[in-house]
Amino acid sequence: MPTIARPRTFDERSAGIGARTGLLKIDPVTAFAGIGLIVCSIVALGFTTQSEIAGDPYFFTIRQSIYAVIGIALMFALARIDYSRFRELRVGIYSAMIFTIVLVLFLGFAALGARRWIELPFFQFQPSELGKLLLVLALAGFAIDRARRQTAWQRTARLLLLGFVPALIVFVQPDLGTALVYGVITLAILFISGTPWQHFAALGGIALAAVAIVLLLAPAVGHPVLHGYQLDRLTSFLNPSDDPADSSYQTNQALTAIGSGGKTGRGEDATQVQNHFLPEAHTDFMFSAIAERWGFMGAALVLSLYALLIWRALRITTLSKNLYGSLVGAGIASMLLFQVFVNVGMNVGLMPVTGVPLPLVSYGGTSVLVTFMAIGVLQSIYVQSQLSSPGSLRTAL
Amino acid sequence: MFRHDENAAPTHAQFAMRVTILGVIAIVAFGAVFFRLWFLQVLSGEAYLKEANANRVREIKIQAPRGEILDRAGRVLVDNKTVLSLQVQPSELPQQNEPRNDELRRVAEVAGMSYGKVKDEMTAQMAAAMGLKPHDYKQELRAGEIEEPPVPVTLKQDVDKDVVYALRERQDEFPGVSASQMYVRNYPNGTLGAHLFGYVSEIGPDQLKEPAYEGLEQGDRIGATGLESQYDQILRGRNGAIRVQVEASGEPRGRELSRIEPEAGDNLKLTLDKKIQAAGESALAATGLPGAFVVMKIDDGSILGMGSSPTFDPSVFTPPVSTKVVKALSQNEEDPLLDRAIQSGYPTGSTFKAISGSAALESGLITPEHTFADAGSFMRYDRKWINAGEAVNGVVNMVSALKVSSDVFFYDIGDLANQRYDEDGTEIIQDWAKQLSFGSLTGVDLPGEGAGLVPTPEWRDKLFEDASDPDSCGGKEILYGVDGCFETDRPWSAGDNMNLAVGQGDLQATPLQLAIAYATIGNGGEVVRPHFGMEAEDATGAQTQAFEPAPRREVDLSEDTRSTIMEGLRQAASEPAGTSYPTFGSYPIEIAGKTGTAEKTLQEDQSWYAALAPADDPKYVVVVTVEEGGFGATTAAPAACQIFNAVFEIKDECAAGTSQTR
Repeated sequence: MPTIARPRTFDERSAGIGARTGLLKIDPVTAFAGIGLIVCSIVALGFTTQSEIAGDPYFFTIRQSIYAVIGIALMFALARIDYSRFRELRVGIYSAMIFTIVLVLFLGFAALGARRWIELPFFQFQPSELGKLLLVLALAGFAIDRARRQTAWQRTARLLLLGFVPALIVFVQPDLGTALVYGVITLAILFISGTPWQHFAALGGIALAAVAIVLLLAPAVGHPVLHGYQLDRLTSFLNPSDDPADSSYQTNQALTAIGSGGKTGRGEDATQVQNHFLPEAHTDFMFSAIAERWGFMGAALVLSLYALLIWRALRITTLSKNLYGSLVGAGIASMLLFQVFVNVGMNVGLMPVTGVPLPLVSYGGTSVLVTFMAIGVLQSIYVQSQLSSPGSLRTAL
Repeated sequence: MFRHDENAAPTHAQFAMRVTILGVIAIVAFGAVFFRLWFLQVLSGEAYLKEANANRVREIKIQAPRGEILDRAGRVLVDNKTVLSLQVQPSELPQQNEPRNDELRRVAEVAGMSYGKVKDEMTAQMAAAMGLKPHDYKQELRAGEIEEPPVPVTLKQDVDKDVVYALRERQDEFPGVSASQMYVRNYPNGTLGAHLFGYVSEIGPDQLKEPAYEGLEQGDRIGATGLESQYDQILRGRNGAIRVQVEASGEPRGRELSRIEPEAGDNLKLTLDKKIQAAGESALAATGLPGAFVVMKIDDGSILGMGSSPTFDPSVFTPPVSTKVVKALSQNEEDPLLDRAIQSGYPTGSTFKAISGSAALESGLITPEHTFADAGSFMRYDRKWINAGEAVNGVVNMVSALKVSSDVFFYDIGDLANQRYDEDGTEIIQDWAKQLSFGSLTGVDLPGEGAGLVPTPEWRDKLFEDASDPDSCGGKEILYGVDGCFETDRPWSAGDNMNLAVGQGDLQATPLQLAIAYATIGNGGEVVRPHFGMEAEDATGAQTQAFEPAPRREVDLSEDTRSTIMEGLRQAASEPAGTSYPTFGSYPIEIAGKTGTAEKTLQEDQSWYAALAPADDPKYVVVVTVEEGGFGATTAAPAACQIFNAVFEIKDECAAGTSQTR
């Protein structure tokens, strides 16, 4: 939607060039949290992955730094665009998302195995990661779209269906973690867009029935829906010391890594990571690697930056100049919150192992770029709210 | 559902409440995670630290198979077989003395070893790992100055399968004891080429510090001698490793942390021809006497066959090594471990006449037309110099003197050369012999060769001078060759040079040196670098490296000199009255060869034969020597004939000659 020309406020005039480019209007706290997290990630990768690839001690560090630079640039670029345009493009965005995740599914079939990425010259592009942001942008648009023409039940059902389709596709890839993220995004947008409480109650009932079917009935009749390892992962965290060699091995090693970090960390003696006892220490279990090396201090710093980021995301949700912005903001906030909680929860043994990356901290090109793009969209919502507010009545805090 | 204007900011009370609910969920989630983190790190940190410290890594080596050694046609000379070895990981044994010794006693029983042997073996290997003597190691360990090195100890190599099964069935009773597969060398052709390959053994503490063995560890196996050592970097390959997580007790936690696959060594293709090698060895063996042979291509120095007799079974050095057998071999009076082709220096008898003859021609001392009346003997320097059997050959020149092996002709040359030395100090025969590779290492790619000796006036005069010094190694006595003491009772004389001219006296040459000298005459002046290595190949047979050593040097050999000597050698083998005519007279390929009979005090004469073939365009040189074989024509020449049979794929009877010349 095009921005409507309006008289400049006093603030803008005094801000000069910064105001015209929109750069000075971004939310400094949000930018600080995002950049702070990626700096934590680069520093942590630099210390913990030196022995990962023989002969190339800074393989992950250098790549993550490159992703960071590109990601930050994307964040600033998106901050300058009026996010409301995405609402008009919702059908295209949604189709692009479905197309790319279906494409990767077929490439995976062609390669006779699970594949979640498309090989690009410089990195592996993971469409399902980008899909998280695309789903937020599209679904928020659809949520408003449907508002005046349907009954409440129809509207809820359609939104659910629109969210359920991509979730099902990535679940088949198989990528359970991302499917859950899509589900949470859908629920969050439904929730913030005002879906009646009784709809959620009905959904809860259906969900309970589905879980019962997936976990109890389907295996009993010989058609298990979850892969064996997925089921193991989902249940093993409940009693991690049962079978140290199996699926809860990761949880056990992560708990040992985190616990042994103590208050201030083990520094150079961080054997859990150095000896590779902790698997996936630079991706899914990066949090444990940080917690082992820098202890409670390091882990708490990272968590605080996330708390800051999510608080700002919720705040921007309320500052938005229109409903679309609020829904997008809430979708992004829930997406970040869910990923942080599931990943850190998995590291500390509160949640099952599901392969959800820790945004900006886990090593991974697509995840870093998409998270920065999401932050860029938040910035755009913030910038637009500042531009449309008369004077400086609606300030950042 | 909210009622709202989609372009306006949502201000509905429900909206604010729902965002607040989202915020509350976030606070609860963060609270839970923070609390859990506090519990894990601050409250239970100590316990987890203990658990983390109990996590250990054990690295299990995966031995890389050594490359095979092949002959020039790719036929296998040396390959690998696997044996099971019994190993103990000391760090995983019980740490208290009593249970540890208990377990070792049970291991000894199962493995059929004595308890004392088990203990000795462990001490010896762990001491070796620390670079200490066993006694010092024990003392320092007891004094607490050192800790047990974390190396596996191999108790026994080539253990029976039953022993392995017995141990596996009761693995819980034997913590730290394991059986592992090990590659060892296999020699499918028995004793063939025994002196060439050398053996493979565990790397020593001193070698570990050498740059050639960088990256190797205690317990890795390397080529210790022979071609195995010379080409170790090619054959060795790279060991792999599996890193396994274990608890402090050594109990595996069942997870492989990382795995590096072993890389097999490259195969080494030799210039050796298995058939020629076998023919040479069997020809030597047929004499029943100690000796050696060399077969080499004269254009590039590639060795087609080289052997020494008596020989031994190279598999005695592969695990399990019996120290008793090895000791018996090294103490055997006939010295089967000695490679007589490169490690023994001998006077070469009349085969040397080709060298002294070409020296005389090339230096201008005489011309090819120079004649000498051979009356069977002559008197000079108060001594009678005679042909073998005082045979009278009449007037001879260089060609006919070589043909009939006239000693007096060459005695005269030796004397003439010595007169030149007296005049201007040039040492015609010695300098030439040294250029043709006598008296120094040939540079063959086989470790351990001897340099031999070319006797010179300075050499003998120095030994004589030493002898007159009462503080010398011999004291008042004159010792030669005793405990490394070399002294003589007289200075250099013309007679020494006359003896040298016929290859007798103090000359010490290896059969390989003689072969190179003949090759140089045959190829017109290139002193080749003798070698066995031809190329390295990976497992698929693709060449990874080729060895083409350049000639060591060129010597000035005029075509005139060369053709004169070659003609003399040709007539000696192929014309009636030639010394090896009975053996080679009717041979399908014309041979140019010279017999030799080296006189030895208190011993039967040493039989020699050196030959180039084909005579008109020589490609191969064959040298055979048989200690105590008598005349060159009777034992060495027929053996050389057998070797030529293999080289040219001919079936000749190889009759023994009757020439009683030196």
